[in-house]
Amino acid sequence: MSAVLESPPVVAKPVMARINWVKAAPWLYTIALFVAWELLVIALDMPPTVLPAPTDVFGAIAKYWSPIWKNSIQTLYTTTLGFAIAVVAGLAIGLFIGWSKTIYAGLYPLMIGFNAIPKVALVPILVIWFGIGTVPAVLTAFLISFFPIVVNVATGLATIEPETEDVLRALGAKKMDIMLKVGIPRSMPYFFGSLKVAITLAFVGSVVSETVASNYGLGNMMSSAQSQFNVPLVFAGLLMLAIEGIVMYAIMAWLERRMTGWAHRSTMAQ
Amino acid sequence: MSHLVSIDNVDMRYGGASGTLAVSGLTMRVDKREFAAVVGPSGCGKSTLMKLVTGLHIPQTGVVVVAGQQVTKPVSIVGMAFQNPTMLPWRTTLENILLPLEIVEKHRHRLRANKKEYVEKAERLLEIVGLKGFGSKFPWQLSGGMQQRANLCRALIHEPELLMLDEPFGALDAFTREELWCVIRDLHAAQGVTIILVTHDLREAVFLADKIFVMSSRPGRILKEHHVPFERPRDLEIMYQAGFNDMVHELHGEIAKARVAA
Repeated sequence: MSAVLESPPVVAKPVMARINWVKAAPWLYTIALFVAWELLVIALDMPPTVLPAPTDVFGAIAKYWSPIWKNSIQTLYTTTLGFAIAVVAGLAIGLFIGWSKTIYAGLYPLMIGFNAIPKVALVPILVIWFGIGTVPAVLTAFLISFFPIVVNVATGLATIEPETEDVLRALGAKKMDIMLKVGIPRSMPYFFGSLKVAITLAFVGSVVSETVASNYGLGNMMSSAQSQFNVPLVFAGLLMLAIEGIVMYAIMAWLERRMTGWAHRSTMAQ
Repeated sequence: MSHLVSIDNVDMRYGGASGTLAVSGLTMRVDKREFAAVVGPSGCGKSTLMKLVTGLHIPQTGVVVVAGQQVTKPVSIVGMAFQNPTMLPWRTTLENILLPLEIVEKHRHRLRANKKEYVEKAERLLEIVGLKGFGSKFPWQLSGGMQQRANLCRALIHEPELLMLDEPFGALDAFTREELWCVIRDLHAAQGVTIILVTHDLREAVFLADKIFVMSSRPGRILKEHHVPFERPRDLEIMYQAGFNDMVHELHGEIAKARVAA
C-alpha cells in the first residue's frame, strides 16, 4: 500500500479535471437549454409570434428594459409582501392548529376545502372589495402561499414524540412549556422547508391577480403584450419571473440551511 | 412507612368503560433506595405501570401513593428514561441534560442565576456515565449507547427520588448494555435513588434488582415477587454462576406460563 501513497509526480491537472462540474452544472444546463431552444426555432423556422428564439427574447429585454424593470419590481413587491403576510399568518395559524388535537381535527378539513378553491376564482371577489391593482395581487399571493406554511408548522407540532412529552409532563411541564421547549423548535425545519414551496406559489398568486386585475406588474405587462402580439415581450416577462423565482427560492433555501442546519444532520432529515 | 411507592388494587382501563383493561388488581410496594425490576410477557401493562407511578395516568380504581402522597397529578420527584433516548437534536448534550431544570418548579426560577452550579452538576453526571467532555456535542454526533448515557444524566439532573426506566437498554448491543448495567448499578449505589426498571431482559433484571415483580399478561397484575439474594456490589461475573442462572431460568418459566395463560 505504501508504494501507492508515495509522492505522486507533480503534474498540473488538465483543465477538464480542474473544473468543479457539479458546481458548473446548473449554468451549463441552462445554457444548453437556450441553445437547444434557439436551434429548434431555427430548424422549424418558427415565426417569432409563435415561438420567439432566445435571442429575440433577450433582444426584447434590452429593448423594453425600462417597463420590464418597473413591472418586475412591482411583481417582486406584491409577491414578497403577500409572502411576508403568509409567513406571519401561516406561522400563527399553524401554531394555533397544532396546539391541540381537537383544533387540528376541526380546522384541518376546512383548510383543505379552502385550499382546493382555485385562487384565481377569488380574484374577482377581491376586486369587488379592494378594487384593482396592488391590494388584490398581494392578497392572492398571501392566500395561495399560506396553506403549505400552516400545514407544515401544524404537522411539526402534532408529531412530537409521545415519550418526549411524557418525560416533560412527568416533571410537571405545562402545555406552554412543551410547546416552547419542544414543539416550536421542532417545527422550525418544517416551517423553513415550507417557505421554499410557499415563495414559488406566491409568484403564481400575484401574477394571476395582476393578469386579471391590475395595471401594473409582470402579469399585466404580459397580458397587454400578448394582446399586441408582442410574443418576445411575453417571453421576456416569463424569463424575468423565472429569474425572480429562482433568486427567492435560493434565499429561502439558504435561510433554511442557516436556521435549522441541525435537522439535516439528525434523524429528522431521514 | 418506608415505602416510596405503594400501589393498591389498581385498575386502569383505556378508552372509556368498554375499553381495554390494561392492569387490574395491581398491588406492589417499592421501598426507599430499593432497586425494583418489573418483568412480564409483552403487552402486560408495564408501560401503564410507569405512567401510573409518574402520575401521567390516574387510575380509575385503587390508590397509587408516591412519597407519602396520593398521586393525582404528575409527580415531579421522578426522572424517566425510555428505550428511545428522545434527545432534542437542536440542543447540545449539555443543554439536553439541563432541560428538566427548565421545567421543574423547584429549579426553573433559579436556573438562570445559578447556571454555573447546575452546569457543574451536569458535567459531574456526564463524567460518572463516562461521557466526560461530550457536553458540547450534539446528540446526533453521539452513538446510540452514548445517547442513552446522556439520557440517564437527563433523568437524574434534578435529583429525583425515584428513577423510572422503561427498557432503557433495549436497543443497544450486548456489550454496551452490560457496560450501562454497571453504570446504573454504580449510580444506584452512589446516589441513593430508588429505581424501578421495566424490562424484557431477565438477566438484566436479576443482575440489577433487589426485588423482581413478575406480571401476568393483560390485564396485568403481579403474579409473584422475588427477592434477589446476591450480595452487592455485584460483578458481571455473577451472571455465570449457577444460582444466577437458576433464578433467570425460574423467571423464564413463570413468564412462559403467564403467556400460555393469556
